[in-house]
Amino acid sequence: MKHLLKVVSVAIVAAGFLTACKGGGEKKNAPVITGANSAAEAAYVAPGELDEFYGFISGGFSGQLSVYGIPSGRLFRVVPVFSVDPEKAYGFNEETKPMLNTSHGFIPWDDAHHPELSQTAGEVDGRWCFINGNNTPRVARIDLSIFETTEILELPNSGGNHSSPFTTENTEYIVAGTRFAVPIPQKDIPINIAKGNFKGALSFVKADVPGEMDIAFQILMPGFDYDLAHSGKGKSHGWTFFTTYNTEEAHTLKEVNSSQNDKDFIAAVNWKLAEKYLAEGKAKDMPANYAHNYYDEETHIATTTMKKSVKVLDPADCPGMVYFMPCPKSPHGIDVDPTGSYIVGAGKLSADLTVHSFDKMIAAIDGKLFDGDAYGIPILQFDAVNAGMVSSGGLGPLHTEFDGRGNAYTSFFISSEVVKWKLETWEVVDRVPCYYSIGHLMIPGGDSKKPWGKYLVGLNKITKDRYLPTGPELCHSAQLFDISGEKMKLILDFPTIGEPHYAQGAHRDVIAPNSKKIFKLEENKHPYVCKTEKDARVERDGKDVHIYMTMIRSHFAPDNIEGVKVGDRVYFHVTNLEQDWDTPHGLSMLGAQTSELLIMPGQTETFIWEPKNEGVFPFYCTDFCSALHQEMQGYVRVSAAGSSTELAWGLGD
Amino acid sequence: MFLTIPLTLSLFFFPLWQITLEAPQYPGGITMYIWINQITGDTEFTLQNINILNHYIGMKYIEPDSIPELKYFPIVIGGLAVLELIAVIIQRRWFYFGIGVLVFAMCLLGLYDFYLWEYDYGHNLDENAPIKIPGMVYQPPLIGSKMLLNFNAISLPAIGGYLFMLANLFGFLSFILYPLSKKK
Repeated sequence: MKHLLKVVSVAIVAAGFLTACKGGGEKKNAPVITGANSAAEAAYVAPGELDEFYGFISGGFSGQLSVYGIPSGRLFRVVPVFSVDPEKAYGFNEETKPMLNTSHGFIPWDDAHHPELSQTAGEVDGRWCFINGNNTPRVARIDLSIFETTEILELPNSGGNHSSPFTTENTEYIVAGTRFAVPIPQKDIPINIAKGNFKGALSFVKADVPGEMDIAFQILMPGFDYDLAHSGKGKSHGWTFFTTYNTEEAHTLKEVNSSQNDKDFIAAVNWKLAEKYLAEGKAKDMPANYAHNYYDEETHIATTTMKKSVKVLDPADCPGMVYFMPCPKSPHGIDVDPTGSYIVGAGKLSADLTVHSFDKMIAAIDGKLFDGDAYGIPILQFDAVNAGMVSSGGLGPLHTEFDGRGNAYTSFFISSEVVKWKLETWEVVDRVPCYYSIGHLMIPGGDSKKPWGKYLVGLNKITKDRYLPTGPELCHSAQLFDISGEKMKLILDFPTIGEPHYAQGAHRDVIAPNSKKIFKLEENKHPYVCKTEKDARVERDGKDVHIYMTMIRSHFAPDNIEGVKVGDRVYFHVTNLEQDWDTPHGLSMLGAQTSELLIMPGQTETFIWEPKNEGVFPFYCTDFCSALHQEMQGYVRVSAAGSSTELAWGLGD
Repeated sequence: MFLTIPLTLSLFFFPLWQITLEAPQYPGGITMYIWINQITGDTEFTLQNINILNHYIGMKYIEPDSIPELKYFPIVIGGLAVLELIAVIIQRRWFYFGIGVLVFAMCLLGLYDFYLWEYDYGHNLDENAPIKIPGMVYQPPLIGSKMLLNFNAISLPAIGGYLFMLANLFGFLSFILYPLSKKK
C-alpha cells in the first residue's frame, strides 16, 4: 500500500511537471537570463546604493505620476497631478485646491497618460516632467526640483487630450491634440451628423517659462481622432507629427467603423511655419473659457486664472502648414529616431511598422507628390515618403523607442512582445515575450537625441498570474529588460500604481543634483506665514478665526487655543519652521472634514475646520518627526455659539 | 617671518576649529565650524539644527551673539598680525621669541576657554529636559572623539587652525634659523 502511494504521488508530481512545461511555465522561464543569479544581479541595487536612473511612470486612472528607481524597480514617490491626494493634502489644503480648477469647476480626478521630460537641444534636461490629463483636457508641469505639480493648463476646443504633452527639441512647446472630435465651438447638434461637422484641434502650448504656460495657437483640423505625437529633432526640428485614427469619422460602433480604412494618416505639422502665419495675423481669436492654474513656490499658493480667448489657425488659410502622410491601420505610436531622420508609425491593427523618411517627406512636398487631399490638407503619396517597412512577424505594434546605437525597440500589444530592429536595414534582430500584453515601453532618454540605451521598461496591460492574487483587481506589471547586449534580457518584474500608459526616464545625474532639500523660511511669502514662535497667534475676524501656527521638533505654537465657538470657520495656517532635510511635520484636527496637512520645512499650509459641537478637541502631528513626536499635540476648546469665552492661546504656560 | 602674517590673517577667512556630530541618520555628519568671529556649519541652518537636537537634552542654545570671545578674538588676532609685521620690520631675534611665547600662552588660554565653554554647554542642562540620563553629561572632547548618547562627537582643528599652527611653525623656524639669515 505504501509502495503504491509512492508510485501514485510520483506520477502526480511528474504530471504536474509536464503540464507546467507545456503550459505557461515553459514560456515564462524561457527568456530570463540563464541562471537566476545573473538576472538578480543585473537589477540589484544594494541597500544604501542608488539607482542609476529615474523612471517616471504615469498612473493612468490614478491621475498621478509615479517615480521609480531603475534598475531596482523601487517606488520612490507618487506625485499627485490631476487627482486629489489626502496623503499630501493635494487638492485638500487651501493652497493647492486651485490646481484642480477647470472651466467645469473643481475636478478631483483625471486620467494621466503620458509623462514627458523637458529637453534642451533634443536632450533630456531634467527640469520638468509634463503630463496630460485625458478626460477633462489638461496639461501639467511637475517641477523636478521639488517633485510637485506646479502648473496645470486646461485645453479648450478639445474632447480628450491624448496626443500630448510631447515636447519640441528645446521645450519651446508641448503639444496637445484631441482624441475625440467634437463640435468646435461646442454646440447642440445630433451626434449622427458628426462626419464633417466635428473637428479636432491641435494645440501648441508654450511651456518654457514656469507660470506662463499658455496656448500659443491651435490648428483646427478635420474631425479625426488624434492619438499620439512626437516632434522632430535635428534636421526635422520645427515639425511635429501626430497619428490619427477614425479617419472614417464614424460616430458609433467605432471598434468596427473606425477600422475600415486601409490607411489612416500621420499629420505632419510645420510649426515654425505656423509661428510665421501667427505673426502675420492669420490666426482668429476664438472665444474660449479655460483655466490656468499656477502654484507659486514662494507664496506656496496656487492661483487660477480663467482665460477667455484662444488663437486658432485654419489650415485652409495657411498653405504648407499641415500635410498628411498615409500610415496603415489606425496608427498609435509615432516616434522619431534620435537623428530626426525617420518617423516610425505603429499601425496598431497591422503586423508591420511603417517608417517614413523626413528627407523624402520634404522632397515630396517640394515635388507636390500628392495623392489628393482631406478637407483641403494635401495627402502625400505613400511611396514618395516611405523609407521602409519593418516586417515584424508580430501583431499590434504600439510604440517605438531607440537606444542611440541604431536600434529601435517596438512594443507589440497583440503578440505580447518587444521586437528589436535595425534602423535603415529594417531587419528584426531580436524579440522577447512580455507578460502580458505590453502597451508602451520606455528607454531612458529613448525619445530624445541621446538615449541612455541600457535598460528598457515594458508597461504591461495584463497581469493575471505574475504576482500573488489580490482579488479581481490586480496591479499592473512593469518589466525591466537589459538591452546593453545583442539580446534583450528580462531581469525584473515590478508592480506599478494605477494603469501606467507611458513612461520617461533619465540618468540620475540630470535630476538628483537639482533636488531641493528644504524651502527657505526667509523666502516664504505666504500671506499667513508665521516665521517665529513669538509671532504665533490667533486672530478673530467675525466668524473666521485665523490661527498662525508654527511647528518645530517637537511642538506646535500655540498648542492650546480657547475662545473658538461653534459655527466658526477656523483656519489653521501652519508653518514648518524646520530648515533641515527630511523634517516634515503633519497636522490633523479631530472632526475636520478634510485631509491632514503634510508640511515641508519652510512651507506654510492651511486647512479649515468648522467645529460643530462644544468641547475640547485634540490635534496632533501626523508625521513621525522625532523622539517626542507622540507629544507633539494640542487642544482647541470649543465654546457655545454665543459664549463669552475670550480668545486665548499659549504654549508651555 | 613674513609668512606668519598671511597665515595668521587666514583666521579671518577660515574656521579655527570644528566639531562634527556623527549618527547613522545623519549621513556625512553635522559639522559646526568655530571661527574667531562667528560660528557656522556645513549648511546655513546647521546651528539651528544642532540647537534643535540639543534641546532634547536641555543644552543651552548656542547663540553666537552671546559669546563675547567672537567679538574680541578678531582684535587679538589682528594685534598679533601687527606684532608680526613689527617683527618683520625690526628683525630682532628676541622679538621673534617674544611672539612665540605670546602665541603659546594664547593657545593655552584659548584651549582653556574653549574647554570652559564646552564644560558649560555640557553640564549646565535644563532640569526639565525631555531626555535626562542620570550622571550623563554632554561635554564634547577638547580634541578627539567621544560618544554622547547616539552621537559620536569629534572635535578637531579646522583649516584656519592648521594654518595658524603653520604660522607659528614658521615663526619658530625664523627664531631657530635667525643666525643663518644673519650670516648671509
